[in-house]
Amino acid sequence: MTQPAPTSSASATAVTAPQSLQSLLADVSSDQRLFKNVPWAKVMMWVFLLGDVFVFGSFLVGYMNVRLSTQAPWPHPTELFAVNVAGHSIPLFLVAIMTLVLTSSCGTMSLAVGYGYQRDRRRALLWLLITALMGASFVGMQAIEWTHLIVHEHVLPWGNPIGASQFGASFFLITGFHGTHVTIGVIFLLITALKVGRGDLENMRPGFMTGRKGGYEIVEIMSLYWHFVDLVWVFIFAVFYLW
Amino acid sequence: MSHESGQQPAIATYVKVWGLLFILAGCSYSVGFFGVQGPLRSILLVVLMLLQAGLIVSLLMHLVWERLALVFAIILPPTLLFTLIAIGALDGFSTLFTRNADFAPPATATPAAEHR
Repeated sequence: MTQPAPTSSASATAVTAPQSLQSLLADVSSDQRLFKNVPWAKVMMWVFLLGDVFVFGSFLVGYMNVRLSTQAPWPHPTELFAVNVAGHSIPLFLVAIMTLVLTSSCGTMSLAVGYGYQRDRRRALLWLLITALMGASFVGMQAIEWTHLIVHEHVLPWGNPIGASQFGASFFLITGFHGTHVTIGVIFLLITALKVGRGDLENMRPGFMTGRKGGYEIVEIMSLYWHFVDLVWVFIFAVFYLW
Repeated sequence: MSHESGQQPAIATYVKVWGLLFILAGCSYSVGFFGVQGPLRSILLVVLMLLQAGLIVSLLMHLVWERLALVFAIILPPTLLFTLIAIGALDGFSTLFTRNADFAPPATATPAAEHR
């Protein structure tokens, strides 16, 4: 249940370090479940996200590899994605707004989780919908960015007139895969919002697909996915756009 | 409540983390905006990136409130990626070395400048 406001993150942790080490050993050496008192759906989401970590990790390492090994000049993303605003060329203008929107949606997602556990259905629903809206606008801005790159700069996954063709290949692969994740996230945010708004979670109404009776932990599990999508963007923003 | 694991942080904690994330993302952007160059750029980018990642994973994804068994199961496997990064970097450098040794460098006078 909701705890009183912690004065620091250290005081909010349930157990001190030696105690938790003991609990780790006890968990691992016990016969039954390893992750005690953790909802199985949350463990499964983490397992899925671990798989995703390796997919995105492989993509980014592949990008690093082709960027290191190409002889052709690598385009400067700060110049390539600059936008003219009121006569000034602002580097990465659209990308910065996209980052701002996705970071904001991370906060609104957390608010939805917090209000969900407080059983504040209206506010949880509101913040879930705002999060979905921000996610959708992120994908929209990405579509604008792709259009600009394809139509005006003639950068394609299989060719690039302004330098290394590996740039186009890795850009469209990595941002495309991330954008797909955001799109799927928006769909699941809307499904979660529907469940919250309908009051399914109070009534433990079975879901239409699995028949599983979900509580408010499904909002937290949804937030794991959404925060992961933002986490991946942090890495893409740093190593692809800024490096 | 049997389905809830660990503690739930207060909403004020989320808002503070949110603010910090904005500041860190702004710092990352200013590294590009002010055109910091050289090793300082790489160091700043990596440090800011890891700070943001740490904040998101530990506080927003509730990892500090989870049982240590789950934390280890989540944190340990991705450390294998450092091996992949090392292999990828080694291979990239050796491929570039071989290309520079065996292939003529691409024509640098391509109409790249006019296309910008």
